[in-house]
Amino acid sequence: MSIVTVQLGQCGNQIGQEVFSALCSDIRGTHGLCSKKENGSYQDSCKERFFCEEESAVPVARAVLVDMEPKVISQTLSMAARSGHWKYSSHSHFCQKQGSGNNWANGYSVHGPRHKEAIMNLVQKEAEKCDRLGGFFTIMSMAGGTGSGLGAFVTQCLRDAFPTSFILNHVVWPYGTGEVIVQNYNSVLTLSHLYHSSDALLVHENDVIHKICAQLMNIKQISFRDVNQVIAHQLGSVFQPTHTAGGGSGYSRNPLGELMESLVPHPEFRMLGLRNIPQMPESSLPYSTFSWPGLIKHLRQMLIANAQMEEGIDWQVRPPSSIPSTNKPLHFNTSIANLVILRGKDVHGVDLGSFQDPSLYTSWLNPQDAFNAWKTPRAFNKYEKSAALVSNSQFLLKPLDSIVGKAWNMFASKAYLHQYAKFGIQEEDFLDCFTTLEQVISSYTNL
Amino acid sequence: MTQSVVVQVGQCGNQVGCRFWDLALREHAAVNKKGIYDEALSSFFRNVDTRSGNNGPDIYKGKICSLKARALLIDMEEGVVNEILQGPLKDVFDSKQLITDVSGSGNNWAVGHKIYGCQYRENIVEKLRKTAEHCDCLQCFFIIHSMGGGTGSGLGTFVLNLLEEEFPEVYRFVTSVYPSGEDDVITSPYNSVLAMKELNEHADCVLPIENESLLEIVNKIHQMINSGKLGSTVKQNSLVTSSAGSAKTLQEKPFDAMNNIVANLLLNLTSSARFEGSLNMDLNEISMNLVPFPRLHYLVSSLTPLYTLADVNVPSRRLDQMFSDAFSRDHQLIQADPKHSLYLACALLVRGNVQVSDLRRNIERLTDCPHAVLIYPFTKSQSASSPFYRNRLKPSLHFVSWNQEGWKTGLCSVPPVGHSHSLLALANNTCVKPTFIELKDRFMKLYKKKAHLHHYLQIDGMEQSCFSEAVSSLSDLIEEYNELDATKCGPRIDPSRLKIAI
Repeated sequence: MSIVTVQLGQCGNQIGQEVFSALCSDIRGTHGLCSKKENGSYQDSCKERFFCEEESAVPVARAVLVDMEPKVISQTLSMAARSGHWKYSSHSHFCQKQGSGNNWANGYSVHGPRHKEAIMNLVQKEAEKCDRLGGFFTIMSMAGGTGSGLGAFVTQCLRDAFPTSFILNHVVWPYGTGEVIVQNYNSVLTLSHLYHSSDALLVHENDVIHKICAQLMNIKQISFRDVNQVIAHQLGSVFQPTHTAGGGSGYSRNPLGELMESLVPHPEFRMLGLRNIPQMPESSLPYSTFSWPGLIKHLRQMLIANAQMEEGIDWQVRPPSSIPSTNKPLHFNTSIANLVILRGKDVHGVDLGSFQDPSLYTSWLNPQDAFNAWKTPRAFNKYEKSAALVSNSQFLLKPLDSIVGKAWNMFASKAYLHQYAKFGIQEEDFLDCFTTLEQVISSYTNL
Repeated sequence: MTQSVVVQVGQCGNQVGCRFWDLALREHAAVNKKGIYDEALSSFFRNVDTRSGNNGPDIYKGKICSLKARALLIDMEEGVVNEILQGPLKDVFDSKQLITDVSGSGNNWAVGHKIYGCQYRENIVEKLRKTAEHCDCLQCFFIIHSMGGGTGSGLGTFVLNLLEEEFPEVYRFVTSVYPSGEDDVITSPYNSVLAMKELNEHADCVLPIENESLLEIVNKIHQMINSGKLGSTVKQNSLVTSSAGSAKTLQEKPFDAMNNIVANLLLNLTSSARFEGSLNMDLNEISMNLVPFPRLHYLVSSLTPLYTLADVNVPSRRLDQMFSDAFSRDHQLIQADPKHSLYLACALLVRGNVQVSDLRRNIERLTDCPHAVLIYPFTKSQSASSPFYRNRLKPSLHFVSWNQEGWKTGLCSVPPVGHSHSLLALANNTCVKPTFIELKDRFMKLYKKKAHLHHYLQIDGMEQSCFSEAVSSLSDLIEEYNELDATKCGPRIDPSRLKIAI
């Protein structure tokens, strides 16, 4: 089954290019430590999922590139082509000249309707190229104007045009201390709208990835390219083919569907966080050895203690005892559902019992339904063993609360509202969005 | 990619404008080695096929034939414009872009605005339309003028009005040179205040410039070069005041150094719209992020570095120095004190080999608050809508309570000529208030005595009410800044959040 990726805005396009690059380099990489047959199966599955083979023999990414100004798309297209190993189709992009000016209302109310037909035509074409459409993966930031506003509009259009397809939105959260002054407004507007049309939101926070670059990857002068490459690696570790419970003996043919099924049992809870272990500079890989018990132990503690990476984990945090009490211990991250993805040597013997501990979860689902595991013996991106965790839990509660708080603070002073009103977004629209998100915050807090 | 048009009005406007076009050509020549007409060039220049004369068709792709500035040159005296047309830049402008007259405006805003405005209105509109037609996607008009005289001030603001009427969707950025206290034009306070009303109502963004600041920068550079203190030599073309490497090098005039600074301001402002980078900042984003309320659109600008030393590899400490400099008064283009006033918003446009980690490190340093302490209710019993707290160390820059992290950042990969990197800081800060108060005081000094008033009132269309409305508009603006300043010292109380029924 194939996934069509929609890259929106500067961030979406820059990340998208790194993702396809990472996927391609992974499948071209050396054996992956598994049998030739396994490797062949993996490569075929990845290619079917993300690339289209055309007569040119260089795989063509199944992607639609959208931006309201031309510089980024032209850079993205040329970087892909320069790699020589994959490229974008020359007819899959849409751009305009003027950008959205960091104005969500401009992206949503002006650019959206104006360019709906052209954009949806491109999406339709990509969808038709798929033998079986597995769903849509959109990449966007929520701080700016195009990714956020136009992205929210396009997601709605996707939902209307493909009512039975899965839609996963990858949303990048900006640095807390400003990239864009009105980023909190744009974020509130985006998240509340996506909540109504998307199936799930998979979130990356710039602050977190920045820390990973600084502390784990040892990069001195961190560029956006570095940040995007870490994000691409994490996404690759989720979306490269795996064997799932529902997939039978071959690689899963419905990754998005199975993701939603495992992680989103209730429409009120759609925010997914992502953690990946281990993460280190490529130069250190030959000198490192990993053990599955070690990796699993760390990953579980990262989940419980809401740690952002494998350093600085608070080992004091423990799940609540079995004696029922009304207060969950402070700082304990309650989960609704978790998905662990294991890749590499000796996966099949790994003990994941610690993730099935009922005390990690709310009481709604049976523990065996709340936890799922996907595996493949084929190693990913040169890591002999790697584990990813996609979690529907309180991971994003604090950051979400922070964004809503700052946005509300600004809203109370009415600053910048005239800029949104110019394009048709009024105070009442803001209030509706705040209400939606306060509801989400409340729901996640009371798990 | 979008295009911008520069409208230069009056003596000052045209002199600054001239420097802008010269340095713009120099910048593009440094970046564009192949001589191909690309999108970056098209933002300010047309490519015209002049083989059959000056009226040839535009060429949109391919080799550069003849570059023509997207500009309108307006002056009610001929001296400055004629000089431009006889100088090395004569081929950059075509005669259809000029509007001149002979007798000047006599330092009288009313003459510029009412008499010449009326007389040349149709001519101006027609020429504006022509320049707009040559643009694929016109995004912004840049007006350059001075406030103290008659043409730049009066006719310049008349054009501003026209632009709003005829091209309401296009942004209007105005670079205004404000008169100093010792200005030799006695009526400059009248001209400035009358012009301010127009700027309040019709401009999207105003970049006020004061000659004193420009002069101080020029002197500082002189001193630095002549003191011989620096071991290494300074790269000549890196001086923010220099015309080195441009077409005009051999004929530097006294105001050129100061005007080059303003020209560099405009080049840096538009760099991220013209060139690529990892975090683009377009002109419409500047207006969106820096203008929280429609009339508070006056931005304090500062440029660094003022020069680059040759043969010096730049360690990151030097980079950090650049950020500190941007917030020192030596680098500002107006005489104001933002550090002791309130920031409403601040934009940092960085050019060159600077990455996001450098940016983050410096923003943290400037706000002096690396570890904010936030307390979140996390137990079941409390609702999630309690206010969140921040424990701040004494910050060095004061931001308004509803915009504590009010930073807008942009990273453009292409550095300016002669530098490996540069920074333009644009601040919306209440420190412009004293400047406006002073202006108002100088105005009232004259107005109370009705000094020189008859020169204005005898002009058709001018009445006493024009003056009272203008000063009232200025007072209202000052009052808006006052209200914001008042919030600076009070206790920080965040408004309570919406409560959700569980």
